[in-house]
Amino acid sequence: MGPRTITTSRRMASNRIFLYGCFAATSIAILVLCVLMISIAVEGWSSVSWRFLDSFASRKAAQAGIKAPLMGSIWVCAICGLVAIPMGIGTAIYLEEFAKRSRVKRLIQLNISNLSGVPSIVYGILALAAFVRCFGLNTGDAPWSLGNPESLLFIQFPCGPSVLAGGLTLALVILPIMIIASQEAFRSVPQSLRQGALALGSTPWQVVWRVSLPAALPTIMTGSILAMSRAVGEAAPLLVIGGFLLVFQTPTNLMSDFTVLPLQIFNWAGRPQADFHKLAAAAIIVQLIALLVFNSIAIIIRQKLQRPLQS
Amino acid sequence: MMIPTTLRPPIDHAPPTSIDQRRPDEARLPAAAHPSAISMRGFNSWYGDHQVLHALDLEIATRQVCAFIGPSGCGKSTLLRWINRMNDTIPGARAAGTLSLHGIDLLDRSLDVVDLRRRVGMVFQKPNPFPKSIFDNVAFGPRLHRVYARTDLEELVEQSLRASALWDEVKDRLDSSALGLSGGQQQRLCIARAVAIGPEMLLMDEPCSALDPRSTASIEQLIRELRASYTIVIVTHNMQQASRVSDSTAFFYEGRLIESGATDLLFTNPKNRQTEDYVTGRFG
Repeated sequence: MGPRTITTSRRMASNRIFLYGCFAATSIAILVLCVLMISIAVEGWSSVSWRFLDSFASRKAAQAGIKAPLMGSIWVCAICGLVAIPMGIGTAIYLEEFAKRSRVKRLIQLNISNLSGVPSIVYGILALAAFVRCFGLNTGDAPWSLGNPESLLFIQFPCGPSVLAGGLTLALVILPIMIIASQEAFRSVPQSLRQGALALGSTPWQVVWRVSLPAALPTIMTGSILAMSRAVGEAAPLLVIGGFLLVFQTPTNLMSDFTVLPLQIFNWAGRPQADFHKLAAAAIIVQLIALLVFNSIAIIIRQKLQRPLQS
Repeated sequence: MMIPTTLRPPIDHAPPTSIDQRRPDEARLPAAAHPSAISMRGFNSWYGDHQVLHALDLEIATRQVCAFIGPSGCGKSTLLRWINRMNDTIPGARAAGTLSLHGIDLLDRSLDVVDLRRRVGMVFQKPNPFPKSIFDNVAFGPRLHRVYARTDLEELVEQSLRASALWDEVKDRLDSSALGLSGGQQQRLCIARAVAIGPEMLLMDEPCSALDPRSTASIEQLIRELRASYTIVIVTHNMQQASRVSDSTAFFYEGRLIESGATDLLFTNPKNRQTEDYVTGRFG
């Protein structure tokens, strides 16, 4: 007896079942997202206004706003991006373009993969010791400082729970993601391009700068956006390093106190009064819109960069 | 027409090779009159513990086309990649013996490989234009080595594209992407790119194996034109191609040089049985 035949109708049936299964999985995800968005919009939309964006925190819900956390988020994310993106790309360039296959490289790679899975709160603890307290290296009563506290270039040691410490903390959180995304981007650049550049007498650095990096950049941008989106939404590590919940000023330099939108949302959502829950919903709306604008800009830049690659 | 000095290729001790400094009326000398560009004595090469080339002795004449033929895995591409030291990029690749270009020891550890690759251009099996404009592809090499005025660069790009017989097809769209060209055009662009840095020698690793017959014919025509100015080594699987384009041929089998000599002699009157079997298509 030969192998049992499977009838066409049976194969079509299993095909349909699989299709329905995938569709259901997608629908559930989208449905949950829609419910969440709609309920937040209904609850918070009435509270979103210029006054809301332009006011500091207050005990009275009607006067409270998100000026401080909004500006704090911008400062912290800017520092985070300025640190994590170049460092992530640099690490990826070293690992993919220069490092020889060795035990050390494997060890670094293993570490990075593991670090990308570490809960962000753990980074908060590390950052508390490293950035906020600077490992207690300064045993005196007052922090060493450089420059005028009013000026933009004011620096303190240890940093304390400042904008700089917050930005560096988030940079730690997203660095492994940044590195892995950039590595993937470099790996997807065809080897034949590198060979072509080398054969024309490029130095290894010229190969990276003129061929690999331009070809990898669009993918790196996508990775950066995803990583930054994660940084924007982080609350836990900033809570650990002592991010403030009520701040009545916008940051003026790297040593300023700060709060960020997720912290403010966390604060308001935890209060018993329903009015503050509305404010939390409104802050979420602002955060989502900011995220959307952020991503759209990045997509536009990416497409601009990609255009010369296509015929 | 006088060429501004800035257009001269950035080579100090090489013979004049800029496209316009060629003598177009140069008579083709008999093979014996050509001095060796490449000479090897007892040349061996390994990948890790595996020896791929065994005790090669071979001379490659200046401004001639030399074809490397032989079945896959016989080591001909490996040998080609030693001439511009592209094997440096392969972990575990090493070589021993003598391999020299105009008397310069190519196996010297302290050799400036960047400078060597400027003098020895390479064209790969699969066309590999950069994802940039046609102009930027040709200008890539020159820009690596020196800073050009825009007009000089434009002239150099035009000369290189003319030399690779591509100018008329692309002169109106120099700023469009090189990836929009056909396979044969892309390969000619890669030749233009290699020619633009003013090399004295061109290495071609099966340059037509990814192309259709018409594109192949145009590349072969180009090789015949280029040999007035360059020493060319071409690796090919195509026996007819070797006989059409080359002055001399070297036949490799399992890492050994079985026979080498003038192409017409090697194809019509091979001394070795294996060579005869291979060129007549009995194996390989």
